[in-house]
Amino acid sequence: MAQANDQGTIEYRVAVREAIGDEMERDPSVVFFGEDVAIAGGVFAVTPGLHERFGERVIDTPISELAMSAGAFGAAVNGLRPIFEIMFADFLLLSMDSLVNQAAKYWYVSNEQGSCPLVVRSAMGAGGNFGAMHSQSPVPWLQGVPGLKVVAPATAGDAYALLRAAIRDDNPVAFLEHKRLYSVKDPVSPVDTLPLGEAAVVREGTDVTLVSISKGVRDCLRAADELAEKGVSAEVVDLRSLRPLDTETVLRSVAKTNRVVMVEEGPLIGGWAANLLGIVAAEGLHDLDDAWLIACPETPIPYSPTLEDAFLPNEGRIVGEVSSRLGLAAEIATGA
Amino acid sequence: MAEKTQATAPGAEIDAVEARDLYRRMRLIRTFEDTVQQQFQKGNVHGTTHLYSGQEASGVGVCSMLREGDKVAGTYRGHGHSIALGVDPQKLMDEMLGRVTGACGGRAGSMNVVDVASGLIGCFGIVGGSIGAATGAALAEKLRGTGNVAVAFFGDGTSNQAYFHESLNWAQVEKLPVVFVCENNLYMEFTPIEDVTAGAIGSRPQAMGIDYRQVDGNDVFAVREAAGEAIEHARSGAGPAFLETMTYRFVGHSRSDPGKYRKPGEMDEWKKRDPLILGRRALEERYGIEAERLDEIDAEVAKQLEEIVERGLAAPFPDPGSDGKEFK
Ligand SMILES: Cc1ncc(C[n+]2csc(CCOP(=O)(O)OP(=O)(O)O)c2C)c(N)n1
Ligand SMILES: [Mg+2]
Repeated sequence: MAQANDQGTIEYRVAVREAIGDEMERDPSVVFFGEDVAIAGGVFAVTPGLHERFGERVIDTPISELAMSAGAFGAAVNGLRPIFEIMFADFLLLSMDSLVNQAAKYWYVSNEQGSCPLVVRSAMGAGGNFGAMHSQSPVPWLQGVPGLKVVAPATAGDAYALLRAAIRDDNPVAFLEHKRLYSVKDPVSPVDTLPLGEAAVVREGTDVTLVSISKGVRDCLRAADELAEKGVSAEVVDLRSLRPLDTETVLRSVAKTNRVVMVEEGPLIGGWAANLLGIVAAEGLHDLDDAWLIACPETPIPYSPTLEDAFLPNEGRIVGEVSSRLGLAAEIATGA
Repeated sequence: MAEKTQATAPGAEIDAVEARDLYRRMRLIRTFEDTVQQQFQKGNVHGTTHLYSGQEASGVGVCSMLREGDKVAGTYRGHGHSIALGVDPQKLMDEMLGRVTGACGGRAGSMNVVDVASGLIGCFGIVGGSIGAATGAALAEKLRGTGNVAVAFFGDGTSNQAYFHESLNWAQVEKLPVVFVCENNLYMEFTPIEDVTAGAIGSRPQAMGIDYRQVDGNDVFAVREAAGEAIEHARSGAGPAFLETMTYRFVGHSRSDPGKYRKPGEMDEWKKRDPLILGRRALEERYGIEAERLDEIDAEVAKQLEEIVERGLAAPFPDPGSDGKEFK
């Protein structure tokens, strides 16, 4: 169980650290490596202290994203449970060959001779003015790969329990941490692990379903608070995993609310939200009165604060779009 | 009768029976590849194949120096690596034929065979994949303190890839027990290696301070000796070793390759140095094994392959209705 602070909460980055530490404690086959993660403790200060505790099982690597992912693959099919960190999710592209062509295919193509239990952790997301190559959320790049699980927790508690589950999972797992969440504090997880591939209804409502992942879930929850003040009851679904994808929970919610909005920090074309909305339409059209997507423009992510702020979905945009689509009069919508 | 070799590497000295087995295994690979080609032309092997014909001494020499627990990563040109390591040729042929009895139940095909029981962590359809995978396997062996090594087979062209440079560097920094075996057959697909490669391949590991040796890759005894030293180096904890086996591919790069890129006379010169010819000569000279005995081996292997194909063609195809799950 993760250690809470005095307020009973835990910082997201600490939850990640404790999940790694607790699994390394529990299972000597877990190892962790990445650039600057051992002695320096990581550029987002997620992993200080692990090297001191676990010695040669926590390794500083060269800037070799491909060798890292392939090294994790080779170690995973040979008895270890490697976790490796790709500093920014934008850099995942350099490790994709081994992730996609080796790790994700091993169980199936080998005819189930062996499994590939590895975890790649990476910091994704915009909102910090890091510019086009340090801000992306490459969920769709990963989601379309059979054999690779994809997890993107929204809270510190979930990050802890989902990461422990990911490390114990016998399949390769991409674990995406949003940079803007590292410093948030949330209640400590009441459980050691949560199942991968299960969405959660994190707020109940009856008028509209808001679906998102990671930081987007928190935007949706704040939007739901504001919408409640306007008399709109929004249900919020946190997908938590993008593969396996829990379409059941979304369909059940849509059957109740008859309206769905999916909020994605990424381009609309080719995104996870458009894909999921397609599935909901195919399987639940009879339940739908309205459905739409809130996503980013089809350009690279801009740097300047004014441009980046306008680029990203936020709770204001969610509140505004839900209000107008539900036909709330402008004066009601603005509370005027 | 059995004259000993001048081997210096530990375990490189063998008796006549073992020497004969080396020859048999090289012959098995050659005949296996000839058979795959025939079955490909008959439409029984699908997709594409990359044959190992001409390079047999490299894989057989290296794998003959491995011990139980060592791991091997091969390439898309991996039938030879697999057989050299001891993968059942029946299972391998059945895989080529797409049968449920294949090494991977027909899911892998020619380029992607895995055989965990033999220590074959995989053959990799992506150029360079073997290098990274073996490096990771070696990391696991080091952290577990097993004393096992991992071997990566790959070609000359692969030395220009990120997998090569990144993995060699990391393996040397971490002193991993991995042996990089570069099978230099002078071409990457259809392009002469010198046209696309700056400097000598061997200069690259040497620049990183990696133990390096180059050997006549068509002489199985020479390969054994050099591989024995390289493996010993890696096993001792001194870090990775790099072995460049100089060899030549006697067939097309893959199924459709007229081989127009070859230099005039080059093939004829290399054919004089066919690993099977060199192997026979060595067996006769060093061990006094008579040519008739070697002809018998050839005939036995030919018969073995005939039976393998017969059984393989009689084996069932996988049932699409029972195909597997995405996740374990
Ligand atoms: C990443 C990648 N690029 C290109 C190919 C296509 N390809 C297959 S084999 C090959 C040549 C490899 O040459 P070399 O490393 O010398 O090995 P050889 O085939 O001669 O044994 C190429 C380009 C591939 N399979 N993977
Ligand atoms: Mg070559």
